[in-house]
This record gives sequence, C-alpha cells and structure tokens, in this order.
Amino acid sequence: MDETKDIAAAEDGAGTGIRADAPVDLAVRTRGLTRRFGSFVAVDDVSLDVGRGEIFGFLGANGAGKTTMIRMLCGLLMPSGGQATVAGFDVYRRSEQIKRNIGYMSQRFSLYEDLTIEENIEFYGGIYGLGMDQIRNRRDELLEILGLQAQARKLTRELPLGFKQRLALGTALLHDPKIVFLDEPTSGVDPRVRRAFWDVIHEESKRGKTVFVSTHFMEEAEYCHRVSIMRDGRVIALGSPGALKREYGRSTIQEVFIEVASGEGAARGGADPAGAAPASGTAGGAPALGTPGGGRRPGGGVS
Amino acid sequence: MSASMKRTVSLARKELLHIVKDPRTLLIVFIMPLVQLVMFGYAFDLEIHLIPAGVVDRDNSTASRSLIESFRGSDLFRLSDLGDTSTDIETSFRSRKARAVIIVPAGFEKDLLRGPGADVQVIIDASDPNSAQLMKNYCGQAIAGFNASRGPGAAMPFDVRTSILYNPDLESAFFFVPGIVAMIMVMICALLTSITVAREKETGTMEQLLVSPVRPREIIAGKVLPYVFLAFLDGSFILVVGMVLFDVPFNGSLLLMVGLSTLYIITALSLGLMISTVARTQQVAIMMALTITMLPTIMLSGLVFPIESMPKVLQYATYIVPARYFLQIIRGILLKGSALVHLWQPALSLLVMTSILLAVSVRRFGMKLER
Repeated sequence: MDETKDIAAAEDGAGTGIRADAPVDLAVRTRGLTRRFGSFVAVDDVSLDVGRGEIFGFLGANGAGKTTMIRMLCGLLMPSGGQATVAGFDVYRRSEQIKRNIGYMSQRFSLYEDLTIEENIEFYGGIYGLGMDQIRNRRDELLEILGLQAQARKLTRELPLGFKQRLALGTALLHDPKIVFLDEPTSGVDPRVRRAFWDVIHEESKRGKTVFVSTHFMEEAEYCHRVSIMRDGRVIALGSPGALKREYGRSTIQEVFIEVASGEGAARGGADPAGAAPASGTAGGAPALGTPGGGRRPGGGVS
Repeated sequence: MSASMKRTVSLARKELLHIVKDPRTLLIVFIMPLVQLVMFGYAFDLEIHLIPAGVVDRDNSTASRSLIESFRGSDLFRLSDLGDTSTDIETSFRSRKARAVIIVPAGFEKDLLRGPGADVQVIIDASDPNSAQLMKNYCGQAIAGFNASRGPGAAMPFDVRTSILYNPDLESAFFFVPGIVAMIMVMICALLTSITVAREKETGTMEQLLVSPVRPREIIAGKVLPYVFLAFLDGSFILVVGMVLFDVPFNGSLLLMVGLSTLYIITALSLGLMISTVARTQQVAIMMALTITMLPTIMLSGLVFPIESMPKVLQYATYIVPARYFLQIIRGILLKGSALVHLWQPALSLLVMTSILLAVSVRRFGMKLER
C-alpha cells in the first residue's frame, strides 16, 4: 500500500471511503452497526453521529455493548453488519488509515510493566512513526504534565495505578490522534486521579480532538458533551446531559440512567438516529446541546 | 528509513529490552544448554569403566595368570577371583557382583604351547545389550593385548575377530554435541518467541499494537530479529563449550555453518510464532512449545536413534522435524567437513519449512483478534 498517498488522504479529512452525504466534520458515523457473537447480539443496529471535537460518553451496565462498540470502531473487531466510518474512513476497508488517526486506551493497563516509563513512551512514539526529536519533546511534555520527570527511569510496574492510567492516556495521545477511544479509562482509580483525567480530556477536546469514552461512573457522564445510554446492545437514550435530564425530568444523569436502564425509558428514548444526533450540524465547535465552553468542571453540580 | 522499517526497529528494540531486563530468562538460555551438554556428554557416555568381572582359573599356570593380568591391566574391568567353582557363576550374575565371567580351562598353557590355539570362555551378562556388546569388544582388546605381550615372534594363539565399530569415548561426544546444539536451539527459539507473543496477549499490549499502524509482518520481524541474535549467541556458546570439553572437531566452513545455523534458527522461531498464534496464555505456549520441540527432536531427529532403523511410519514422521535436517547439516560440517554441495538437500528442506511456517504465521497474525 502506498503510504504517502494514505497519509495525504487522511490529512484532508475526507477519505475516499466516505459516503457522499456524510458531513466531513463527523468523527464517527455509524448506521445500523451490528455485532453478533453466535446467537448473542452484543451491538444491535446502532446508528450514531459524533462530531469533531465532541466528548461523547458511552454509558451502560457491564455487557451492554460499550466495549464491543469501541472495539469495532478501532478496527479490533469486525462488525457483523451495518456501516461505520471513523475519521471519514470505512471500518471494513480502510482500517489502516483509521489506525493512523486514532488513539486507544483499553480497560486493561496496556503499557509494558518491565520497561521504564521513558522506554514505554519512546516505544509507542516509535511505532506511530514519530521522529526522535518529536518523541523527546512529547516525552518531556508528558512527564512534566504527570509530574514524573524524576521517575522517568523507573520501571512502569512500580508506579501507583493512578499514574499508570494517566501514563497510558498520555501514550494513547502521543501521536496526536484526531479521535481518542477510551474504554472505561478511570475504573479503579481514585476520584482525584479521575479529575485529573477529565481535565486532560477537556483540554484535548478544546484542541479539536474527538473523545469517545465509555464509563460506568454516572458523575463522569455529566462532563460529556453528549452521552448515549446502552442496554442490551441498543442505544436507548442519547443527548446532552442537560437535555436528557430535562426530557426525563430528573436532576442527575444517575437518575436518568436508572430510569432508562430499568426499562421504563426504552419506549420513550428509543434509538432514533435522526433525532438523536443533534450535534452533527454544529459539530466542530461546541456541540449543540452540550454546555458551551467545553463542558462542566469536574465535581460541578447539576444545573 | 521507511516508516515500516522505523516501526520494525522500534519493535525489535523493545523486544531486546524485554530480554535484557529479564536475567532469569537469560540464565535459563545459557545454563540449561550447559547442564544438558554435561548430562548428555558425560552421563550418556556410551563407555563403561570398571566392569565387575569374575575369574575362574582352572589352569593356574604362568600363561593363565598372565592372561588374567592383561584383563586387569586396563581400567575396563574390576576382577574378582571366583575360585574353581562354576556353580557360583550364576549367583554372581544374579547379584550383579559380576557382569562378565572369564573362565580359563585346565590345560590352557599346554594347548597354548602346543598350538595352534587355546580356548578361553567368556560369559557376558547381556541383559543390557548395549553394554554387553561393549564388554565383548573390551574382552577382545584384552586378549589382543595378551597376544601382543607374548612377543611378535610368538604364534597368534587366538582368533580375534572383534570388530571395533567406533572408539566410544571420543565418538559418543562427537555424536551428541551437535545433537544438543540442534535440540537446544529449536527449544529455546520456539519457547521464547511463543512466550513473548502470548505474554503480550495476556497483558493486553497486543491489542494496543493492533490498534496502531503496525502491520503483522512488522510485529513478526520485530519479534524474530532479537531472538535470531540471541539464539545465535546461544548456539555458538554450546558449540564452543562442546569443542572445549569434548574436543569436537570443526572440519568444515565456518561461513557455511553460520549461514545454515541462521536458517535453522529462523525455522525454529517461525515454529514458535506459529504456536503463539494458537496459544492465548503463556502456560499453554510453554506446554505446546516443549511438546512440539523436545520429544520429536530427541526421538525422531536421529539425535539418539538412527532414522534408518525406525519403522517406516516413523521415518515419514521425521520429515517434519526440523532438527532432522539440521543434524545432517551440523554433523556434516563439523565431523566430515561437508560443503554446501553435500548439504543442499537438508538446507532446502529447512528453507521450504520456514517459508510455510512464516507465511501461515503472518496470515494468522493479520486476522483481527476476533471475528
């Protein structure tokens, strides 16, 4: 495959694998995306539009299909049916281009524990084709943000979990991807670290990165521009946190989630791509229904 | 440097770091061969010393005593006098006090002087056929020694028809050292590569690689390159130790040896990669790697048992054992000084085997984690 041509295609934002009617600004677009494991349907006919620069939250109980969804969009798992484009590239045919444009952080800690912090950063920089100078700059930057300059030569396994997770996030962002997929990045870390995490996420969003994040912490949902709630592989509610709360007449997303996920809301908030993707028109700046200015501050109350 | 090469170098560098940072693995890689070399080289030594042997001297003459002395003269036998009674012979065999009994009949000296020859009876415990064969050979040597001591002018009183097929002390090591090089290399290579891939699957870092622009062939090259280097060091180490400890000769071309060893190493590494596309955990990878390499290499490569003497079915099975080909190569180069002209067949077989294994591994790696 001709690499320079691929990069050029990636650079102008609109790949050739995109449908004519799909807006160029969309970071992720799915239509009827489905994944089956035998007779079990993990993701069932999901249609979504996620705009550029948006922080898009994926809520749902374990087994609701969040991880399967993310893995399909990252090119780790083939969809069983439906369509999807990521950064304008078709997931079936252009996964190589997608891989250059995304960052991914899985539920599992995915750095090499027997390498030093420095070595991990340099390795991930290397496989994304960054030059040595670039790697050094990004490395120093990242170490400074994490306050780990003094420990750069320490083995990664000696770090506390919170730092490990932040380091993993840092390496997922090392090559400056257009879209970042974070699969429950904050599970198992304390609230202080979670807060630092979300600061980074908002910072990246302001710089125009799209952040796709799954979580089971309901208060984190409040920091997203838009959230979708999944149950049994379907998106059963979708909108900005404020809009969802108004729609269901609840004061927190937690309450909305409990109502929706318990089944009562299924009829009302069913997956309706037309109405459920209000951000697509204005995406690129602040999403339509999100709180302007990059979302709420961590720990901020309910509006 | 192309983007693909850059990524491969990053991967190889990272793999090298894993190796260097794990001294236990390194220790195993260099100590295990040493232990096996010593085990095979010494314990598996085909020669036996100080065989307990009983003597029944019914002649009790100068000649008979001189004959017995020639048995005693070497360190091959440890003699004990059983007296005159042949009834004790069986008992001493059963109790393993004697594994051979030498009986000099009455009238031995008289027969000897009169010519043309005299009889000596040697009874050997053949419950272990291998050592029985050796004892028979040793007896022949002792008797030949006795004949020689009677001076060149003396008539040859015995008909010695022992064919000494090999000089056991030297040749068993000549035979085994190359075999151990072949076995260790295939084991280490298959084991280490399959473990390193399985470990990345276990910890989740493989997933991280698969969402990156890294291609399957780059992952494979990055994994294989450092281990080619390590296995090469390991193989040279065993060989040098073998040459020092057991005086194994090196009669052929060093360059040919380096080239064909590298080929064999890549075959073994591909085998490890193949295993790792199947095994999801390190445990499974270890089990599979050992099962696939160790037993077939010992039993079916010609390392211990000659392939020609195997049943037909097993002979066919040896064709898929890489060590079979490498043994031909390494024994040929070391002992016989063979050139590529003599070794192109096994070399070609290894090449074909490697190509198939690598192609299948790259294909299987290219698949998504799940379909």
